[in-house]
Amino acid sequence: MVKVFIDNKAYEVDDSKNMLETCLSLGLNLPYFCWHPALGSVGACRECAVVKYKDENDKKGKLVMACLEPVVNNIRISIEALEAHQFRAGNVEALMTNHPHDCPVCDEGGECHLQDMTVMTGHNYRRYRFKKRTHTNQYLGPFINHEMNRCIQCYRCVRFYKDYAGGKDLDVFAAHDDVYFGRQEPGVLENEFSGNLVEVCPTGVFTDKTLKKHYTRKWDLTDAPSICHQCALGCNTIASERYGSIRRILSRYNGDVNGYFLCDRGRFGYEYVNSEKRILTASKKQNGTLSAINKEQAIQEIREIIKVDKKIIGIGSPKASLESNFLLSQLVGAENFYAGITSTEGKLIQLVVEIMKGGKVKIPSLSEVEGYDAVFILGEDVTNTAPMLVLSLRQAAKNKPREQAVAMKIPEWNDAAVRDVVQEATGPFYIATAHATKLDEIATKTYYAHPDNIARLGYAVTNKINQQPTIVDSDEETEALAQSISNALLAAKKPLIISGTSLYNEAIIQSAANIAFALMDKGKNPGLVYIVPEVNSIGLSMISHQFLEDIYEKPNKDDDKTAIILETDLYQKMDKHNTDTFLNQYTNVIVLDYLHNATCSEATYILPAGTFAEADGTVINNEGRAQRFYQVHIPENDVKSSWKWLQDLLMNNSTPSVKNFDEVIESLVEVFPELQAIKSIAPDSDFREGTQKIPREPHRYSGRTAMHANTHVSESRPPEDPDSALSFTMEGYAGIPPSAITPFYWSPGWNSVQAINKYQIEVGGPLHGGNPGKRLFEPIENSNAIYFKNNPLPFSPRKQEWLALPLYHIFGSEELSAQSPALKERIPKAYIALNNNDALKAGIAEGNVLEILFNGEKHRLPAKLSIQLPEGIIGLPKGFIETAGIHFPFWTTLNRLNNV
Amino acid sequence: MEKPLTEHIKNDGTSLSLMEYENAGGYQALRKALKLSPEEIQKIVKDSGLKGRGGAGFSTGSKWGLVPMGKDVPTPKYFIANADEMEPGSFKDRLLLEGNPHQLIEGIIIGAYAIQARFSYVFLRWAYHQASKVITQAIQQAYEAGYLGENILGTDFHLDMSMHISVGRYICGEETALLNALEGKRANPRSKPPFPVVSGLFGKPTVVNNVETLSNVPHIISKGADWFKKLSITDEGGTKLYGASGRVKKPGLWELPLGTSLREILEVHAGYMQNGYNFKGVLPGGGSTDFLTTIHLDVPMDYASVSKIGSRLGTGTIIVLDDKTCPVGMVRNLEHFFAQESCGWCTPCREGLPWTAKLLDALESGNGIMEDLNILASHVHYMAPGKTFCALAPGAMEPLESALKYFKEDFEKHVHEHKCPWN
Amino acid sequence: MTTEKILTSEEVKEIQKIYQHFPLKSAACIEGLKVVQKYHGWVSDEAIKELAEILEMSPAAIDSAATYYSLIFRRPVGRHVIMVCDSVSCWIMGYDKIIDCLKNKLGINYGETTPDDRFTLLPIPCLGTCDHAPAMIIDEYLHNDLITDNLDTILEKYK
Repeated sequence: MVKVFIDNKAYEVDDSKNMLETCLSLGLNLPYFCWHPALGSVGACRECAVVKYKDENDKKGKLVMACLEPVVNNIRISIEALEAHQFRAGNVEALMTNHPHDCPVCDEGGECHLQDMTVMTGHNYRRYRFKKRTHTNQYLGPFINHEMNRCIQCYRCVRFYKDYAGGKDLDVFAAHDDVYFGRQEPGVLENEFSGNLVEVCPTGVFTDKTLKKHYTRKWDLTDAPSICHQCALGCNTIASERYGSIRRILSRYNGDVNGYFLCDRGRFGYEYVNSEKRILTASKKQNGTLSAINKEQAIQEIREIIKVDKKIIGIGSPKASLESNFLLSQLVGAENFYAGITSTEGKLIQLVVEIMKGGKVKIPSLSEVEGYDAVFILGEDVTNTAPMLVLSLRQAAKNKPREQAVAMKIPEWNDAAVRDVVQEATGPFYIATAHATKLDEIATKTYYAHPDNIARLGYAVTNKINQQPTIVDSDEETEALAQSISNALLAAKKPLIISGTSLYNEAIIQSAANIAFALMDKGKNPGLVYIVPEVNSIGLSMISHQFLEDIYEKPNKDDDKTAIILETDLYQKMDKHNTDTFLNQYTNVIVLDYLHNATCSEATYILPAGTFAEADGTVINNEGRAQRFYQVHIPENDVKSSWKWLQDLLMNNSTPSVKNFDEVIESLVEVFPELQAIKSIAPDSDFREGTQKIPREPHRYSGRTAMHANTHVSESRPPEDPDSALSFTMEGYAGIPPSAITPFYWSPGWNSVQAINKYQIEVGGPLHGGNPGKRLFEPIENSNAIYFKNNPLPFSPRKQEWLALPLYHIFGSEELSAQSPALKERIPKAYIALNNNDALKAGIAEGNVLEILFNGEKHRLPAKLSIQLPEGIIGLPKGFIETAGIHFPFWTTLNRLNNV
Repeated sequence: MEKPLTEHIKNDGTSLSLMEYENAGGYQALRKALKLSPEEIQKIVKDSGLKGRGGAGFSTGSKWGLVPMGKDVPTPKYFIANADEMEPGSFKDRLLLEGNPHQLIEGIIIGAYAIQARFSYVFLRWAYHQASKVITQAIQQAYEAGYLGENILGTDFHLDMSMHISVGRYICGEETALLNALEGKRANPRSKPPFPVVSGLFGKPTVVNNVETLSNVPHIISKGADWFKKLSITDEGGTKLYGASGRVKKPGLWELPLGTSLREILEVHAGYMQNGYNFKGVLPGGGSTDFLTTIHLDVPMDYASVSKIGSRLGTGTIIVLDDKTCPVGMVRNLEHFFAQESCGWCTPCREGLPWTAKLLDALESGNGIMEDLNILASHVHYMAPGKTFCALAPGAMEPLESALKYFKEDFEKHVHEHKCPWN
Repeated sequence: MTTEKILTSEEVKEIQKIYQHFPLKSAACIEGLKVVQKYHGWVSDEAIKELAEILEMSPAAIDSAATYYSLIFRRPVGRHVIMVCDSVSCWIMGYDKIIDCLKNKLGINYGETTPDDRFTLLPIPCLGTCDHAPAMIIDEYLHNDLITDNLDTILEKYK
């Protein structure tokens, strides 16, 4: 800590920062454009100018850029000095010479950093009287709109896209006042994090194309703090609504999880919430067809059924909240509650939870991953199974080369200077997967093999770390690779092991743990990250222990059976034949879901469940972090959270009525005390700032009365929210709310997402009150976790059969986002992938239609070659409509169909 | 008068061959240097007072002294000759490149040895085709003679040298932009610190020096720091290639003691104004220096003296403004040049220079208003040193600022008469 | 059906030889562009893509560098490229007359090519021959001390 003087006032500050970060962290309003807390300083825009003085006697000083000015003891600067003030205003004037007068029609207006900074500097009079330079725009795909005339050349877009996210197809072209930011030719932006451009761009050059379809000004949106439901990482989001539809998703800052960013699946995959396939009313099957019935009536009838039927089972969902799953389990009884996933998947997740609970090794958060300097990935195509983890890994990969910059005393925040030293170098990074992946480009070495062989490599690495003898019948090449990997991990300051359930292989998960254990025993500081499939896979695993096969295969000759299915399309999970048979056993199939699907068609009753947008809930991410998401709006139809429906069903004379969300949680933790921590994720529903709730709407929200004027003219009472400390109005506390219930970012003069600065203790660091979420698994000293001894035999390909493995796609493998129109455009066509050599031998060319068999069902798809699958293995896209219900891995014949 | 840089350069425009250079004493300095330690070389050059002849005037020996030396420093180190002469009105490096390439090469080798560099480059502008041929040949000859490559002259010093021909853009002459160009990237400058001597080409310690600067090095090593110091009139050491262009009787290039007066260059060597033209002003060191007028003609043309009277020595090639040429038009030409050569990285240069150029267009075409002059004055302030990312825009403001000062009436006439009085 | 490549295998080899000298392939980006232009006169979109493959870079990164530099032509040029110095010393010494004359003779403006593909006309900053202004370069040859009267003689040499 050192002392600095800003406008003659003394402050004690951290000397590893630059003066811009320091001023912003102190709450001082210093304008800037090109600096970004995640991207560091480059000094391009010249907006953060301050006057720096030699000492207290120097009255003149000289203008410097605060973003490149290191904090040193006794430094004296002035933000308010007239010269600095005039320069900053003049700088905005220069930017304005070419900026179009688009504000009224620009999507960015109202949350535009350029608007904010222009007002802040006081520039308001145009002296430039000549023509403006203009550009043509490019088609960039279904997610991002391009409007280049608005560009102020801050270079943030290319710095984020290329330097931070590893993208290749967005760049800066030409020179002087003609510089252009776009693709080399129009086309879909390829990088999985392209959506962050809409937040990183300080003007309206890159804007959200899905928002444009139903554009709404920021101040007119109802927002809520939410959690992305499209993978297990649990990135924090802000979901925004108007007129009953979700308009857009923004990143919600969580310094421990996703930081400032989101992946494109999370940002643009929300449109399914507004889908025509949404179930909006309670329905009942009458005369063979489903038709709407009154919701109270539905509840009554179902309660009757539950009272009467002899056998009631419940199937929970890893997509549903803890509360929804819990109440279903209460309703049907724990012994009748089944997780809506295959037992293969379920057991693997249990294994993961067990390892994490064992506490031998630290389970790092997404942002902590950035601090590791050697990485070994076993069996995960991270780009497609946990996309945001790739962003963290790309930063981690720079840690080892960055040491050189540190040795040269280049501060970390001086981004351009660090990159000049690091160039394209990356640290030790090993990837062992079943096929080539996008992340391979930063790998030191890759290893494509069957999952069992990947596990064997993992066991070999453990042996090397523990200096144990070579495994019998392992080949020289693998041994050498294992040695390199173990050397790299042992040499690192913080080695990281990543694995997961994607390949459905127990041995991989165990061998990953072994490696981490071995590193721990050698006194290293290892981290272990497991990727699991769904937003609440971990949560569901902690409150259930039976799976679909258990109930599918259970003989039961009872009549009058009822199945209550929560947010699960069984036809996605299990094959059609068995699912048809299963459902036919039940007299009543009661489905709580949001989108019409094949299971709904077999239902006798359907209750419209709320998605993340219409429900409150708690989910536990892959790190074991319990996080809370909040309802965005109250829909004008029957839709409500599943746990509310289940609560209605639970209410009768013998069960005490449960009032609100907090009380559901109380009951939950009573039954599952190891989930105690979820009580303190966020303030309770009775929390107030003084006497005020936290408003979901900014104070400029408009049209509250006019919206309903077609039904009634008088102003209706705003709906109440008994379940949280948030209100569905704009009235309420105007200050910074507790971090877990922050619905939007705004501060006087800061209307854009840059207002996040005000919500952090120090810019770029944790939020006031701490980053939200409660971790359930922490390292335990003297943990008694034991090594696994399950080294599999090497994979043997078969002569006439092929082993099918799942291949994941960020766009397409996740069931809900795949039903969002914009995202759907990005889903590749389904295929059967195989190795080039195998294809050659079998006389198969790209595009030939192939036929495989799963559980007696035929599947026909075109061949796709050259993604470097190992020999004897084929790959199918996981989660696509064409591969619904398929369980991996499985053996199959492969026939090339002629004349097709 | 000694003219070490040019005394052997032939009049017919052909370059000195290796043999001719050696006969004139060439590569003896290298032999001498290799017997000294790098630190000793650095000291000699520092003591000589040699200042960067590219325009910045920074002490060459001091720059070399900032390079980390010893065993644990990042390697390989680089040594680069900046032959990207593109400053408007400058043509001095061309003479040295075309006339005596080995003199430059020897200077580079000695400099590289002084900082223990392993690779060296001559970064040459595309337009100097003859120099490109001549230098390519000279480098090859140097390799064949054992002055380049491994174990130079039997020592354990290895140095490779290659030529890189630029593909345009004035900003490549800025040393950090040059580094980016060599790395195959867009030639935007880099912020300093860190300085290239610490983190330069590919992040390694690098020294970039001007051609004229390096051409002096063999002579300094041969004849010593004191000898060099005595060559100048004022105390900055050495000779300087001075040039003159514009409507003078004898435009050309002359090697004279550093500190020769502006008057002597203009009146004696350049033969003063052509018949029918009168002297109005001069840019003493290329397009990015401040105008000087008749009252300044006795200034010694060295770095400190010219700086003291509000201009810069720059490249030392003077551009003469005559009374039949419109000063507004001259500044307009310059500002268009600078605006188009902006790399586009920082706001003031990228947005301010085109605005400046457009204001001057308006004035020249008779569409200027008085407010334009105020705006021009405010731009001079807006693009002052320290406010921009590099020195291009502040350099562009130098002729403008001084023109507004010394030729104020001419600017105002354009406004009042609604036309350029010279047309 | 395979589209014919722009770069011949010799040209590819030449570029490969060049990048051996650099610590990274991407550092040979500008040299690669120069090779393409040496043999083809200009750099097309297709050439950018092929160069990207050879240097293991993205086409966008290559084009980002290509479009930055004024001497990499991203549009076709004529058989001969005339570059007229438009900097201050040439301007003082009569550039305006020279360029007006050239534009008239050739019937084209800056950035254009004569209909017979013979000449492309471009401006170029200071050529470093200010004591012999005005000046221009045609292909790789410097012509200075220009007067309108000798322009025809100069142009005639270029077929």
